[in-house]
Amino acid sequence: MVDATHGPDAHAAEFPDAELYHPKSWWTRYVFSQDAKVIAIQYASTALAIGMLALVLSWLMRMQLAFPGFLSFIDAAAYYQFITMHGMIMVIYLITALFLGGFGNYLIPLMLGARDMVFPYVNMLSYWTYLLAVLVLVVSWFTPGGPTGAGWTLYPPQAILSNTPGQESGIVLMLVSLILFVIGFTMGGLNYIVTVLQGRTRGMTLMRMPLTVWGIFIATVMAMLAFPALFVACVMMLFDKLLGTSFFMPALVEMGEILPHDGGSPILFQHLFWFFGHPEVYIVALPAFGIVSDLISTHARKNIFGYRMMVWAIVIIGALSFVVWAHHMYVSGMNPYFGFFFAVTTLIIAVPTAIKVYNWVLTLWRGDIHLNPPMLFALAFIVTFVNGGLTGLFLGNVVVDVPLSDTMFVVAHFHMVMGVAPILVIFGAIYHWYPKITGRMLDNTLAHLHFWVTFLGAYLIFFPMHYLGIMGVPRRYFESGDISFQPPSAHDLNIFITVMALIVGAAQLAFVFNLVWSIRHGKPSGGNPWRATTLEWQTPETPPVHGNFGRELPVVYRWAYDYSVPGAAEDFIPQNQPGPNPPHDEAPRKRKAAKS
Amino acid sequence: MVVAVVLVLIVVGSVAFHFLSPWWWTPIASNWGYIDNTIIITFWITGAVFTAVVLFVAYCVWRFRHKEGQKADYEPENRRLENWLMGLTAVGVAAMLIPGLFVWGQFITVPADATEAEVMGAQWQWSYRLPGADGKLGLSDTRLVAADNPYGIKPDDPNGHDDVLIEADYLHLPVDKPVKMLLRSVDTLHDFYVAEFRSKMDMIPGAVTYFWFTPTRTGQFEVLCAELCGTGHPYMRGGVVVDTQADYDAWLASQQTYAQLYAPEVLKTADIN
Repeated sequence: MVDATHGPDAHAAEFPDAELYHPKSWWTRYVFSQDAKVIAIQYASTALAIGMLALVLSWLMRMQLAFPGFLSFIDAAAYYQFITMHGMIMVIYLITALFLGGFGNYLIPLMLGARDMVFPYVNMLSYWTYLLAVLVLVVSWFTPGGPTGAGWTLYPPQAILSNTPGQESGIVLMLVSLILFVIGFTMGGLNYIVTVLQGRTRGMTLMRMPLTVWGIFIATVMAMLAFPALFVACVMMLFDKLLGTSFFMPALVEMGEILPHDGGSPILFQHLFWFFGHPEVYIVALPAFGIVSDLISTHARKNIFGYRMMVWAIVIIGALSFVVWAHHMYVSGMNPYFGFFFAVTTLIIAVPTAIKVYNWVLTLWRGDIHLNPPMLFALAFIVTFVNGGLTGLFLGNVVVDVPLSDTMFVVAHFHMVMGVAPILVIFGAIYHWYPKITGRMLDNTLAHLHFWVTFLGAYLIFFPMHYLGIMGVPRRYFESGDISFQPPSAHDLNIFITVMALIVGAAQLAFVFNLVWSIRHGKPSGGNPWRATTLEWQTPETPPVHGNFGRELPVVYRWAYDYSVPGAAEDFIPQNQPGPNPPHDEAPRKRKAAKS
Repeated sequence: MVVAVVLVLIVVGSVAFHFLSPWWWTPIASNWGYIDNTIIITFWITGAVFTAVVLFVAYCVWRFRHKEGQKADYEPENRRLENWLMGLTAVGVAAMLIPGLFVWGQFITVPADATEAEVMGAQWQWSYRLPGADGKLGLSDTRLVAADNPYGIKPDDPNGHDDVLIEADYLHLPVDKPVKMLLRSVDTLHDFYVAEFRSKMDMIPGAVTYFWFTPTRTGQFEVLCAELCGTGHPYMRGGVVVDTQADYDAWLASQQTYAQLYAPEVLKTADIN
C-alpha cells in the first residue's frame, strides 16, 4: 500500500476497476443508469423540457399584459396560475436542476479525475425522485381547480384560502412536489459534496480545482443548508391545509365566516421561505459564476485573474447569503429595526460580488479573445449580471426598497440577475461542453442567431421594465391599464416588451433544433476542440465512456488555468501534463513535502 | 468588432433611455423626498459602474480579440490592484448605504405629534378608522368581525365608541400633518400603497403594522394593493384625499362614529359582559 501511493497509477491500485458497477443491460445503461454522465443528461433533458412549458407560460402572461382580452381563456385565475408556475419552474425545476443535477453530475467527476460520483445508486435515485417531483407538478394542471396561483412565493394565508386558484388540490400538489424535489436533491447534493471532498484524483488539491467545480460545490453545500427550511415550511403548510393546524394561520375571516384557525404567524412562513429563498439565488448564481470563469479563461486563452480571490469570493458570498434573507421582507411588517442589519449585510455582499466581476473583465485584459459562442454568452452574462447586480443595490438598501418593492422594478431586477444572466451562462456552457457530451460541434450560424436575439432581446425586455417600477406600477397585476398615474405610453412599452418576449422565446426554437440536429449532423469535434486545460477534455474517448478515464486515472500536476504560459510550446498546458509549476501554485510544496 | 460596437451601443442606449424616457416617478406628495434623493445617488453610482465595466469589456474585446500570432499575457494575480478595487467598491457601497440607513432611521421613527389613522384590508376593499375625539383607537380582534361589527372592534373598550368609521373608498387626511398609518387585515396579506407617498407596508392578519408620512400637497391619490391577495388583487383600489385643514374638518364632521353606526345592539352585549 505504501508503495502504491507514490506511483502514477496509484488510484488504479487503490481502487481496482472491479469496484465500479458496470451496467449489464440497455435498461440499466440508459434508463436506470448509475453513470453520472447519463444522469446528467437525464436531469438536463427533463429540466429543459419543463422549461419549455415555463417559456410558453411567459408568452401567455405577456400576451395578457399587452393585449388584455385577446386570448379569452386567460382570466385572472389562469393568469395567476401562469405566473406561479412560470416562477417556480424557472427557479427550482429548471435552473437549479440544470446547474446542479445537469452540469454538476456531468462535470464534477470528469473535472476532478474521478470515475463516477461516490454513491452512484443514490445518484440514480436522486434523478428519479426529481422526475417524480416534476410529474406531480405537471399533474396539478389536470386536477379540478388546476395548479396553484398563489405566486411562486406561496405566501399564506392566501395560498390556502378559497379566493386563490388551485386552492382545491393545486397547492397540495405544489407542496408535495417541492418536498419531493428537496428529497431528491438531498440525495444528489450529498453525492456532489462527498465526491468533491473524497473523490479527487491524485494531485487535484482543492486550490487546483476549476472554478466551475468550486461554484457547484459551494452552491450544493448551501442547498443542503437552505432546502431544509423550504422542506419544513412546505410540511407545515400542508398540515395547515389538510389537518387544520395553525402554523401560519391566524384567526381570519373568509367569505364572511371566521375560520377555525387561530394564533399562527403568516410572517413565520416568509422567514422560512426566504431563509431558503435567498441562498437559492446564490445556489443559482454560484455555479454560473464558476462556469463563466472557466468559459472566459478558456476562450480568452488567459488564466483566470486572481484565482484565489475568486475562490474566497465564492465561499464568502455563500456564507453571507445566509444572513441577508430578510431583505426580501423590508415591507413585510417585520420588526423595522431588522432593516438596519439586513441592509448592511446585503450591501456587504456587493463587495465580493464586485471582485468577481472585476476579475472576469481583468481576465479579458491582454487576453487573446476568441469570440466563440461560449465567449459571446459569457460577455452577455457580464453585461446582464452587472446590470441586474447593480439594481440589487437599490432594492437591498432598505429605504430605497420601500417605494420599489412589489413593483415591476423588482420583476425586472430579478429576471436580469437570476433569470437572464444565469441562463446565458447555461447556453454558453452548453455550447462549450456539447462537443464533449456528443463528440460533435453545434452549428455556428444558428448559435450566432440564437445569441444575438436572446441577448439583445432579453436586455430590451428587462431594462425598460425597471422604469415601469420606478413609476410605481405594481407587479402581479392581471391588468394594469387603469392605474391613475400611468400615462398611455406605458401601455406601448408593455406591447413592446411582449413583442420582444415572443421573439426571444421563438429564438429558443433555433437552439433546441440545433441541439437535436447536431447530435447526428454536427461537425465532429475531436476530444479537445477548445484546447482547454481541464481534465474532462483529456479523456481517452469522446464522448467519455463509463468510468471516464480508461485504465489509469489522470494525475494532476498544475492548476486549471495554465493558458499562454511563457515559454510553453502551446498556449495551453493540460492539468495532467507534468512540468514546472507556476510560482503561485501552492500544491508543489505539499507534494515535495510528501515525497521527502 | 461588431461585439465591441454593440456593447458601446448598450451603454449609450441605456444612458440615453434613462434621461429621455417618459417613464419616471410620479410627482411626490409626501415628506419622503429623502428616499428620492437616495435613489438618485444610487443611480449615479451604479450608472457610473455599469458604464465603466461595459465600456472596459468593449475595449478589451476590440483591442485583444484574436489575431493570427497573438499571445495572451500571463498574470495570475495582482494583489495591489485587487485591493484597490475592493477598497473603491467598499467606498461606493458605503456612499449608498449610509444615507440609506440615515433615512431608514427617519422612516421608522414616528414623530410624537403624528395622528393615527387605521386602514383595514379585506378581500378586496379598503376601509378606514380614525380615533375620534379621545385620540385613541378602540381595541379590535378579527374574531369579533360580524355583520354588525365589520371592523371587529371590542365593544367593551370605551376608546372605541367614538372611533370614526369610514366604509368608503376614500380616506381624507389634512395636509402637512404627520400621520401614522396603522395597518391590519382580516383575511390575507395586503399592502397599502400610494405611489405619490413613496411608502408602503404589508398588512398581516393577526398583527398591526405601520408606517408614517406627512402629506405635502393637496389632491386625490390612488391607493393600490401591492401584495398578492387572490384573484381580485389588481382591483383592490381605494384613494386618499389630502385636504386643507378647513376642508378636512368639514369632511370629518360629516362622518359617523362606531357608536352611531352600530352601537345600539353592540353596547347591549357589552353591558351584559
